Amino acid sequence: MYAMREALAAFRRAPVLTGLSSGMVGLALFVVGLFSLSTYNLQIALSAIEERVEVVVYLRDDARQSEIDHLLGELAAFEEVSQVNYVSKRDALERAQRDLPEFGQLFIESEVNPLPQSLEVELRPGNRTPDVVEQVASSARNYPFVEDALYGEEWVDRLFALRRIGFASTAVLGLAFAMVAALIIGTALRIAIFARRDEIYIMRLVGARNGFIRRPFLLEGALAGLVGAVLAAALTYSTYRMVYAYLFEVAWIPGSWVGIGLLAGALFGACSSAVAIRRHLREV
Amino acid sequence: MIELTHVSKEYPKRGYALHDVSFHIKKGEFAFLTGHSGSGKSTTMRLIHMAERPTRGEVRVAAFSSERVTERDLWKVRRRVGMVFQDFRLLPGRTAVENVGFALEVTGTPQKAIQSRANRLLTQVGLASKAGARVEELSGGERQRVAIARALVNDPYILLADEPTGNLDDRATRGIMDLFWDLNARGMVVLMATHDLELTRRHPHARFFELDQGKLVYDSATADPVAS
Ligand SMILES: Nc1ncnc2c1ncn2[C@@H]1O[C@H](COP(=O)(O)OP(=O)(O)OP(=O)(O)O)[C@@H](O)[C@H]1O
Ligand SMILES: [Mg+2]
Repeated sequence: MYAMREALAAFRRAPVLTGLSSGMVGLALFVVGLFSLSTYNLQIALSAIEERVEVVVYLRDDARQSEIDHLLGELAAFEEVSQVNYVSKRDALERAQRDLPEFGQLFIESEVNPLPQSLEVELRPGNRTPDVVEQVASSARNYPFVEDALYGEEWVDRLFALRRIGFASTAVLGLAFAMVAALIIGTALRIAIFARRDEIYIMRLVGARNGFIRRPFLLEGALAGLVGAVLAAALTYSTYRMVYAYLFEVAWIPGSWVGIGLLAGALFGACSSAVAIRRHLREV
Repeated sequence: MIELTHVSKEYPKRGYALHDVSFHIKKGEFAFLTGHSGSGKSTTMRLIHMAERPTRGEVRVAAFSSERVTERDLWKVRRRVGMVFQDFRLLPGRTAVENVGFALEVTGTPQKAIQSRANRLLTQVGLASKAGARVEELSGGERQRVAIARALVNDPYILLADEPTGNLDDRATRGIMDLFWDLNARGMVVLMATHDLELTRRHPHARFFELDQGKLVYDSATADPVAS
C-alpha cells in the first residue's frame, strides 16, 4: 500500500526521468522484440523446410519383394520413423513425367525404365536431425540389395547450423539488450535514490526496516521495466503490422513469448533497482 | 539500559572524539550529558543510537550490543530509542505533522492512527497551531519541537535528546523539560546532551555527566559529593 503509493509518487516527482528511462528501456526491449519476431519466423520457415527431410533408399532392380518387405519392416520399426513408402519403378517414372515435363518425352521414348525403385522414409517431427537420418541411412546401406541411401547430408547439416545460429544470436543479442534495459533502469533509480538519500537515511534513523525502504524502489523499478516492456511490445506489434501490410507475410510471435517478455521486463527492473539501493541500506 | 564499557571513538585523521568512556544508565534514570562544544556529546549519542560503531569498547542498549547487532536489525534499536538530533534531520518540503507522522508511517502504523497520534504529540510540544506548516516555514525553535515530537511518537523507552532546548526560549524550554520529566516518571529513560549548565542546575535530581575532550571527567553517581 505504502510502497505502491510511494512508487507512483516517484513517477509524479520526476516524470521526465522516469518517462525517459521507460522510453529508453522500451527501445532496448524493442530490439529484443524484433529479434524474437524474426527468429520466430525463421523457425517457422526452417520447420517447413525440415518437414521435407527424408531418407530415400534406392533399391537394386534385382531385389526380391520379400527382401524389400523385410527392409521396409525394419525401417518402420525405428522409433524416429513415422512412415515408409515403397515407390516402384513405374511410380518413379510417372512421378518424373509429372514433375519434370521437359524430360517426359525422353522417358517415354526410352525402352527401359532407367529409374530405380526406392523406399521413402519419413521421420517424425523433432527427429529430422543429422544424427537420426544418418543412422537410418546407414542401417539401410547394410543390405546387399540396397544401391544407396541418400538424404542430402549437406543441406540437412546446413539447416541445423542455421537453426543453431538463429537461436544463439537471438539469445545473445536478446540478453545483451535486456542488460542494456536493466542498466538504464538501474541508472535512473540510482539517480532517484541519490536524490532521496537523506530521506532514506532518516527513515533508517526513525526505525524503518530495510524491506520497507526497499519496497517502493523495487516496485518503481518493476513498473519502469513493465512500462518499457509494454512499449516494446507495442512497437514490435506495429512493426509486425507494417511488415505484414507492405512487405511480406509474417507470423506474430506467440502470446506466451510476449507474456514472458513483460514479466522479464518487470523482473529485470526490480532486480536492477535492488542492486542500486543495496549500498544505501548498508550505511548506518 | 544504556551501558558503555571502555568506549573509544576515533575518526581517521581527526583523532579521538571519545576516549575510554564507561558509564551505566539504569532503568528510570534521567541524565544530563554536558561538556564544552566538541567534547564528544553528539558522538556519544550517535554511538548509543547505533548510527556509528565504537572503535573500541562496547555499547549496550537494552538487549542490543554494538558488537553483535547487525545492520538489518538496527530498526529494532531505533524503535526502542527515540532520538532528537542536534540538527533536527527533518524532511524538507513536508509539514510538521507529516514529519512526525513519517516516523509512524515507516513503522507500519495504520494510516488512520497516524494523523491523530502525530497531532497529539505536536500538541504536547506546544505546536498544535503549526501542524500544517511546512518545515521551511518554521522557526528554529519550532523545528526543534517537531524533532522532539517525532522522537517521542513511537513511544520509545529510551529518549536521546541532543541539545533539544538549544533554540528554545525559557518558557518553551520549561514546557519541554516538564514533558521529559513526565515521560520519565512513566518509565522512560532520558539522556539529554546540553552545554547549558544553568538548565542542569534547575534539575538537581537528574544524573549528571561531564565530558571534556572526549573523556568522561565527571559522573554524579560515582563522584565524591564533597569534591563536586
Ligand atoms: N564524522 C566526523 N568526522 C570527523 N570528526 C568528527 C566527526 N564527528 C565528530 N567529529 C569530531 O569529534 C569531536 C566531538 O564532536 P561532537 O559532535 O561529539 O561534539 P559535541 O560535544 O556534540 O559538540 P557541540 O556541543 O558543539 O555539539 C569534535 O572534535 C568533532 O570535530
Ligand atoms: Mg553536539
